[in-house]
Amino acid sequence: MHQTPQLRLAIDIGGTFTDTVLMDATHTVLATTKTPTTPDQPALGALQGAQYVLQSSGKTWREITGFVHGTTLATNALIERRGARVASITNEGFRDILEIAYERRYSQYAINLEKPDLIVPRARAFTIRGRMDVAGHELTPLDETALPAMVSALKDADVDAVAICLLHAYANPAHERRLRDLLTAALPELVVSVSHEVSPEAREFDRLCTTIANAYIQPLMARYLTDLKSLFSAEGLNCPILMMTAGGGMTTLDTAAHLPIRLVESGPAGGAILAARLARETDSRDVLSFDMGGTTAKLCLIDNFRAQTARKFEIGRAERFVKGSGMPVRIPVIEMIEIGAGGGSIAAVDRLGRITVGPKSAGSEPGPAAFGKGGTEPTVTDADVAQGLIDEGRFAEGRLAIDRTAAEDAVRRNVGAALSLDVAEAAQGVSDIVTESMASAGRMHAVESGKDLGTRLMIAFGGNGPLHATRVARRAGISRILVPRDPGVGSAVGFLYAPVSFEIIRSRYTTLDALDVDDLNRFFDAMAQEAEGVVRAGAPGETLSQRRLAFMRYHGQGHEIEIPLPDRPLTPSDIQDLRTGFEAEYSRQFSRTVPGMKIEVLNWAVSVSAPSPALSAANPQSGTTDCNSLEKRDILCEVTGAWRKAAVIDRDALTTGAQISGPALITEPQTTTFVSADFTATLDARGNIWLDQNSEALS
Amino acid sequence: MTLSRTRLQVMWNRLLAVVEEQGQALIRAAFSPIVRECGDISAGIFDIRGRMLAQAVTGTPGHINTMAEAVKTLCARFPADAMQSGDIYMTNDPWIASGHLNDFLLMMPVFHAGRVIGFTACTSHLVDLGGLGMGPEGADIYDEGLLIPPCKLVESGEINTLLMEIVKANSREPVANEGDIYALIACCEAGATRLARMMTEFAINDLDTLADYIIDTSARGTQEAIAALPKGTFHNVLTVDGYDAPIDLHAALTIAEDHLLLDFTGTARCVEKGINVPLNYATAYAVFALRCIIGPDIPNNAGSLAPFRVTGPEGCILNAQSPAPVAMRHTLGQMTPDLVYGCLAQAVPDQVPAEGASCMYDLPLRHTADAATKGDTQFALELVFNGGTGARPTLDGLSATAFPSGVWGSQVETTEATAPVIISKRELRVDSGGAGTTRGGLGQHIELTAAQPQDLMLFLSVERVNNPAKGRHGGLDGAAGRITCGDRTLPGKGEFRVKAGETLTLETPGGGGFGPPQDRDRAALRHDITQGLVSEDAARTFYGDRR
Repeated sequence: MHQTPQLRLAIDIGGTFTDTVLMDATHTVLATTKTPTTPDQPALGALQGAQYVLQSSGKTWREITGFVHGTTLATNALIERRGARVASITNEGFRDILEIAYERRYSQYAINLEKPDLIVPRARAFTIRGRMDVAGHELTPLDETALPAMVSALKDADVDAVAICLLHAYANPAHERRLRDLLTAALPELVVSVSHEVSPEAREFDRLCTTIANAYIQPLMARYLTDLKSLFSAEGLNCPILMMTAGGGMTTLDTAAHLPIRLVESGPAGGAILAARLARETDSRDVLSFDMGGTTAKLCLIDNFRAQTARKFEIGRAERFVKGSGMPVRIPVIEMIEIGAGGGSIAAVDRLGRITVGPKSAGSEPGPAAFGKGGTEPTVTDADVAQGLIDEGRFAEGRLAIDRTAAEDAVRRNVGAALSLDVAEAAQGVSDIVTESMASAGRMHAVESGKDLGTRLMIAFGGNGPLHATRVARRAGISRILVPRDPGVGSAVGFLYAPVSFEIIRSRYTTLDALDVDDLNRFFDAMAQEAEGVVRAGAPGETLSQRRLAFMRYHGQGHEIEIPLPDRPLTPSDIQDLRTGFEAEYSRQFSRTVPGMKIEVLNWAVSVSAPSPALSAANPQSGTTDCNSLEKRDILCEVTGAWRKAAVIDRDALTTGAQISGPALITEPQTTTFVSADFTATLDARGNIWLDQNSEALS
Repeated sequence: MTLSRTRLQVMWNRLLAVVEEQGQALIRAAFSPIVRECGDISAGIFDIRGRMLAQAVTGTPGHINTMAEAVKTLCARFPADAMQSGDIYMTNDPWIASGHLNDFLLMMPVFHAGRVIGFTACTSHLVDLGGLGMGPEGADIYDEGLLIPPCKLVESGEINTLLMEIVKANSREPVANEGDIYALIACCEAGATRLARMMTEFAINDLDTLADYIIDTSARGTQEAIAALPKGTFHNVLTVDGYDAPIDLHAALTIAEDHLLLDFTGTARCVEKGINVPLNYATAYAVFALRCIIGPDIPNNAGSLAPFRVTGPEGCILNAQSPAPVAMRHTLGQMTPDLVYGCLAQAVPDQVPAEGASCMYDLPLRHTADAATKGDTQFALELVFNGGTGARPTLDGLSATAFPSGVWGSQVETTEATAPVIISKRELRVDSGGAGTTRGGLGQHIELTAAQPQDLMLFLSVERVNNPAKGRHGGLDGAAGRITCGDRTLPGKGEFRVKAGETLTLETPGGGGFGPPQDRDRAALRHDITQGLVSEDAARTFYGDRR
């Protein structure tokens, strides 16, 4: 297995569909498929997908040398509350870390808001005597005499799993370790998650939540991963299975079973990995990835070929898409902004006569009115149909008939009538509103990251991304878009470009002036060793690389800035470079530095990676595309507000260098690329479609 | 070309997005912990007549209306035709900006096609303005620090360096203040750039049509919400702890056909300590509370705010006049929602929650004055803890949760990393939530000591120590707040020394209950007992539980 992979399989199990991609050594996609997800036994759906791509490309299980898997199973178990019965153990005097949280309402004006359910009720929140201080010194020893009572309380509570989170355990985990060992000895069947392994960062509420979430899905995921392995082995698969993580790397089944929380949101991460790779292949340093599907749109900033990462996200929000209404999970993740705007998002008119779109979604059942499966509320897709942007005959390879009349009726009834607009105006209104909300979310995300959108290349994929890309780009001030090949299964393709990697972020507070280099080097060595062990297991024999980061801020500020460190032990002379690096980045984000202000470091990270698969070569095709004799259809042009003839062409019929002026629709099995009237499409040698806004349109 | 309604709506959404972006940028760059943890800032966009079109939804309600009124005041003082591109105006006058000296307001004219078409404005809380600092001890506004009257901070892009030097020279935190003022400037400029860009993108030359659309739509929606309320005048009196003697706050809420009038007549006079409240700030909290129930779905702007009118006799503690000290105006400001809800509950009894802890338990801790000579660690820490909110008509109150402020509580691990203190307990106070058909939220119990053998200075300005949150419609009161230090019980306000080794214990108040406790669903009561939120004893005594 040290040889270069010859045939690689990726399977992304989503909520509705399971996407499967088979790729050869030259990164040529041999086959893809979208099959319905089988929620009762997700591994079966995955198996069907794999069998289909193997069959259609004439390959066998034994030829597969790499298998990367991502699944929403972990995420869904958390959202749908289908996990284990968990108890928590915190320090004496701190039973209510969950309930107290940040003492905050997530919505300013909502008198009747309800806080999110954080899995462990107070009756199952136990405490134990013992305390570390911020430097990891023991203030009070762990009260081992309390163990028998604790054990019987856990038995009485009938729990499957325990989350242990003790104050300052990131600085000294001794009490957590000892408590775990004692509990495991007394209750061997009990699953125990300890906070210093799951999320070794300061802030007890976030760390406890993360540890609880991990414990909650651990039994379920361990079972699933065991089943998956035996099912695929029985078919003849003899390469290891690697799991996609939220951080955009791959990890082994063992690590996945131990830290299943790292597996959440791995599907969207695959999309960002794909976009980062396309950015590198096309040498685009400032990129926004735009992944729009049936229920949500996800945006990710990609700078210098690296997807932006974060250390925290939220799951199971009490109010969909409202920040702060969910359960925080603090692990390394590819940072994405997700908004309730997909093809199935429902449009309505509020009491002030304003059009609203989402976050309520018609999902896949009943789906948009146009799908004829009983949906009566107008959706974004219905508005697209009413504007002529979806070719009724070719949608989903003709497997799903589009009922244009039903779409128009829904738009007229629920939007047009209330605002005295005709169908076309109402449909365009719906589009305008959803477009603005996606563009605003992107701008806001850029501002929060201290970045700008206008100079970026948008990489659009997902079932609805290519259809909405030009509209969103125009409102976000973006003038260039790339639509990759196989955009409908972008996440699964991205899996095949991910490296085996593992990242650890750990808290260790110091001011820059007081930084003890020797101490810090020992701290880093321990972290690096831990991460290397995990990666080595998934990539034996590979040359591993390290990336080290410090999270720094001016004393008194709340926002930390990520500063790269050299990949070696630090010397006292590096401290000045750290200061310079911080000031340069601060000044890039805030246009000035603050001389005389103390600089502090809160967290440190080590990411260990095996190499990513090599870049694919361009594969020029010859021939010309005849753009004059193309089929035409009527579409509502959003630039002029008038109906116009748009060219319709199969993506497969395009040849390298072909240029199509908007308005035009480029169709393919899983999506349609809409070339707006103010854009021109070009196909490059790798098969990517480029959409460029015409310069005269930029006033 | 007339603008279609959906196009106007897209532009309205854009303005709302722009102010949020401005707000985020300001919070990111801010140095003041209260800005970082509470989002104590504001950002807004105004038309040429000074009418507010959009305002960021930020952490604390203290800027609602205050900013809208402040821009009107500045517009009246500085004629638009004398303004130049790149000008920025500034003031921290509590009676113009936001009720105390720490809040700085900046306003910038926005130029498009060579003329002023509107304004952007923002407010942020600066760390220190000299004087006696943040605390109620000042005898008048002059004791409280530096007041900058409305002035031009930036002229055609050139900053007035003398003014900046004055602000720095009068502060214990000059670097942070300078940083915060630059952040405000950047916020104004970003808003102006984005507004001008939007006008280009949508090919409009002025904001008139858009402004009328936003204001008319919002005013109509708000008036419809008011029209649905029963008409009449409703009175309430709320007794609060005050500095050293109780204070009665009076309100009369008149619900008319198309507007509301809130009148503070009867409210006690100002006191000698800095807990007096300028009317702009009392109005902000009062209107916030009303808008939570009346048309909360409509964004803040000149149209949605106009129907809410607030008045009070000059010199009463909710309409303090200069030079009254006002540094801690938020202590009573945060009590005005309970005052107003007492009126509104008579009109719509099934929509208004019971009284809550309301005033946050703000806990500024600092090293002692002789720290340097004694070799103590020098630090300044501002912890915020909250009590329980009042029971809602159909839901229990929220335990240990801020309302009306949007402040964030702190984390023990972060606190212990940045200051020499140890927190040895932080748990909910059993039985502190007022009993009722729906129960009040619980307060919390916090114990804190110095991590090293050194004394600490504590500055208190909290409420509900002597006057707990009242229940509504037969619900019982929440537990009162309690602060002890070693074996001393401390009053809610003043300056105290916590001696080395002494434990400071803080018990935050519980929220009041709603409806008779006997009517509480028995399963809900059992659940509270199982979860340890209500004791068996209390269940028997207050809920008549016979199990």
